[in-house]
Parts: sequence; structure tokens; C-alpha cells
Amino acid sequence: MDTLIEKLTYCIERGKVNKDAPYPPDLRGQEGSDELAALALENHISPDDILEACIEGMQRVGDKFGRNEVFVPELLMASKAMYAVMKHLKPYFESGAIKTKGKFIIGTVAGDLHDIGKNLVSMVVKGNGWEVIDLGIDAKPQKFIDAIKNHPDCTAVGLSALLTTTMINMAKTVEEIKRTFPNTKVIVGGAPVTRDAAMKMGADAYGKNPQEAVEFLSSIAR
Amino acid sequence: MHSILHALRQKKVLVSDGAWGTMLQKRGLQPGECPEVWNVTHREDVEAVARGYINAGSDCILTNSFGGHPVKLKHFGFEEQARELNRIAAEISREAAGNDHFVLGSMGPTGTLLMMGEITEGEMYDGFAIQAEALKIGGVDAICVETMSDLEEATIAVKAAREATGLEVFCTFTFEQTLKGEYRTMMGLAPSMIVQPLKEAGACIIGTNCGNGMERMIDIVKELRTCDSEIPILVHANAGIPTIKDGITTFPETPEGMASYVPTLIVAGASIIGGCCGTTSEHVKAIAYKIREYLSQLNNNGA
Repeated sequence: MDTLIEKLTYCIERGKVNKDAPYPPDLRGQEGSDELAALALENHISPDDILEACIEGMQRVGDKFGRNEVFVPELLMASKAMYAVMKHLKPYFESGAIKTKGKFIIGTVAGDLHDIGKNLVSMVVKGNGWEVIDLGIDAKPQKFIDAIKNHPDCTAVGLSALLTTTMINMAKTVEEIKRTFPNTKVIVGGAPVTRDAAMKMGADAYGKNPQEAVEFLSSIAR
Repeated sequence: MHSILHALRQKKVLVSDGAWGTMLQKRGLQPGECPEVWNVTHREDVEAVARGYINAGSDCILTNSFGGHPVKLKHFGFEEQARELNRIAAEISREAAGNDHFVLGSMGPTGTLLMMGEITEGEMYDGFAIQAEALKIGGVDAICVETMSDLEEATIAVKAAREATGLEVFCTFTFEQTLKGEYRTMMGLAPSMIVQPLKEAGACIIGTNCGNGMERMIDIVKELRTCDSEIPILVHANAGIPTIKDGITTFPETPEGMASYVPTLIVAGASIIGGCCGTTSEHVKAIAYKIREYLSQLNNNGA
């Protein structure tokens, strides 16, 4: 059984979704995460262990991304492979047999219409076993405030910006969140954002890449 | 005067323009507002940016149409106005440039990912074709596909522009430095990986834009140059990485600082040099001065 779990982890890491998927070329014709997850459940491997195998796979590809060994396409494919497994695990999440690690609220700040970066972080965080509440693009400060009100149990809030010009709005959003909810942890990231800028804004953390967001969440999770 | 390739053969190095987005923001464009709509609502401001660059010494200027793909305009509900907004963008720059300067029709990425199925190749192609055609009607001399990171999207845009207009087509990519010191786009492409596919798609000038300042463009140009000894290379560099000071976004690189890299860039293989985010007509003026100084020295030495 160990090999099945290992294979599943490998499929997530490499972004191999199913047998018909042409990507990655070197795994063509082999079973993907979709088939392996079904097989694992048939073989009575626990949903927890299956989820754990996926998280390990996402962790590996996330680490490679952080080291610039792979890039956005590899990360997207890994997320696709992860989602294929999640479909099989959905009933177990719904019944409470397995639980997410916690809630993460994410959005692209007001005035910024870019969602690729935010979606990447969202996918990787989800892939690491978290529930993600996605506020979309051009999210005004009030939208974040309302989301925190509706999800008081959230572990942290993530703000994304791609434009140099919307960093100002990011700073304002951090300020408003901190004024209303001083205890809510905030992490910021995006192309123009530096660690220095993040600290000046009053954020709790800076995520240079999706993996750093995951590490931050793990570090503050109860 | 229509062929930029022809002009390059005569002048060797051309001066391009500076930023548009950050310049319009200085004139009151709000984050989240559609810049292309300003072609209609704030025509004088757009024209002032264009004229500023012509006066600063640009041989060619772009158009305020970076986000003019219908899919991008859809965010603001202006999808139906794509032809009009792109055409007027071209008309504004044409008016500022007159007939003795070039106008390059700007086309930026759609912001969607083909590999995630967010858009089809057909939708992407059709949108770029509509945009390029409207820019041509408005009077551009060439199309400049810019800030690309995905090779598939870039080649679709180049093909669409070529097939819809028959004009000379440029294509620039945005590279970031990796931890190992190499340069890659967000999608993982190295400069050396884009040259051949872009040429095959029909681009006659390639290049790099945005990024992290002028100095880092040197290595990118060198790598592009190793793949083709002839093709002209365009560089539009940011004025460095922005920081927030007292609630205002500021770019660190001064006009003189940026211009100081011009000779090295030319030696590395750059043929058209200008600025991207954070650069102003002052930066262009300094770059133009350096280019002219370099060329006159070259002529004196050759004579």
C-alpha cells in the first residue's frame, strides 16, 4: 500500500492528473492522481492518509517553486492534480471524517484586477489542506472586514497586489484590518511588494511565494 | 517613413518612450480605473504624455492601449468599445508624433491563462486581431506586443497582429532574476527560449520590458543576442523596484542613473531603448542624450 501512497504523492508533485492527461510528457499513459485516489479509497486507505499524501506532494512542488526550479505552469498542474483528488475526498470533508487545517481569507486589493498571483497562492494553500475564502479581485477594505466578521475563526488574511500603484491600497487595507481586528494576522505579497514594504505597512508577514504563505499559516496555526 | 527596420539600418539605435500607466496616474488616473477609457474621457492628458516623449527626443512612442484586448476591457464593461478605444489610442499618439516619428501600437497580455482553460486560443487570437486592426486604422506604424510571460499567448498575439495588419510586429517579454541568477519569465521561459518561436510567429523585433531596472537588462539582452546576431532588440526598463515613501509610490532610478547603462546596453545588442514603469520624459531625455552621444562618438571613430 505504501507504494500507492508514494505514487499519489509523486503524481501531485509532477501534476499528473489522470491517465489521458498529456502532461507531463514523461508520465504519458500512466495513471494519475484521479485514478490513484479512487484506487486508494477502494483499498481502504484512510482519507486522512490520502490527504496527507497530497499535502506532501504540494509541499514538494511548492518548495521547488520557492527555489525557482519549477515555475507557474508546474504549480498550476500540481493544483489540478490535487483538485482531482479533492473530488474523491469531498464526502469525507462533508461528513467531518477529515478536517481542513483552518481558514485562510485571500483577495487582490482594491484597484487591482490581477488574479493570477492570488489564485496561485490560493491553490497552493488549498493544496496544503486549508480552506480558502477567496474574495476575488478589486476587493475593497470593507470586503475584507466583512469576510473576517463572517469567519471569525480564520487563521489569517492574505492580500495580493500586482500593480506598483495599488500597493498604496494594500497599505490602507492592512491598516483598516488591524484597526478593526488587531489580533487578525495579515500576510501580503505580489510582484511589487518587498519584505521591507510589507513590514512598513504593518503586515505580520510577507510571502515571497505561495510556499511562504503556507509556512506562515503553519507557524501561527493553533 | 513607415518601416522601423529601415530606419534602424540608417540610424543604428532608436530612442523609444517611457512609462504610460504611471504617467497617467500622476495626472489623476485612479488604481482600478480603465486607462484606455482615458483616450476618450481625458484625451488631453493622454496626448500630453505622448507629446512629452516626442519633445524629450523619442524616435518612436507607444499608444495608450496596453489593456485594450477585449477580454481585459471586459473587466470594466468596455468590451464593446474595444475597436474605438484602440483606434483613438493610435490617433492620439499619431497626432503627437506627426509623420516624422514612429507610433507603435501597444498590446499587453490578457491576464488569463490558456493552460487553465480560462480562455481559448481562438478568443485570444480574435481579440488581439481586433485590437491590432483598430490600432492600424488609427495610424500606427507597427504593433508592439509587450510584457509577455507565456510563449503561447505571445505567439498568438504576434500572429494575430501580423495577419490582421501586415505591419512590422515587435514582441517583448518580462523576465525576473531567479535565485540562481538566471532570468526567467513567470511561466519559466529563459530569454534564449523565446527568440526562435517569436521569429517563426512573425516578429521582426524582439525585446524585454518592465523588470527590475536598467542594469539587469544587460544580461537579458546578451542572452537574446546569443540566439540571433541580426534581429533588432528593444529594451523598455523600469526605473528600478518601487518603494512607498510617505504614501507615494516612488521609483529609485534617476534619469542619469538609467542613462549611464546605455552604452553597455548597445554593445550588448540593444537597438531601441526606452523606459517602462516609473520612467518619465526626463528619463527619456537622458537616454536620448546618451544614445546620440554614443552614436556620434561611433561616427567620429569610424570616419
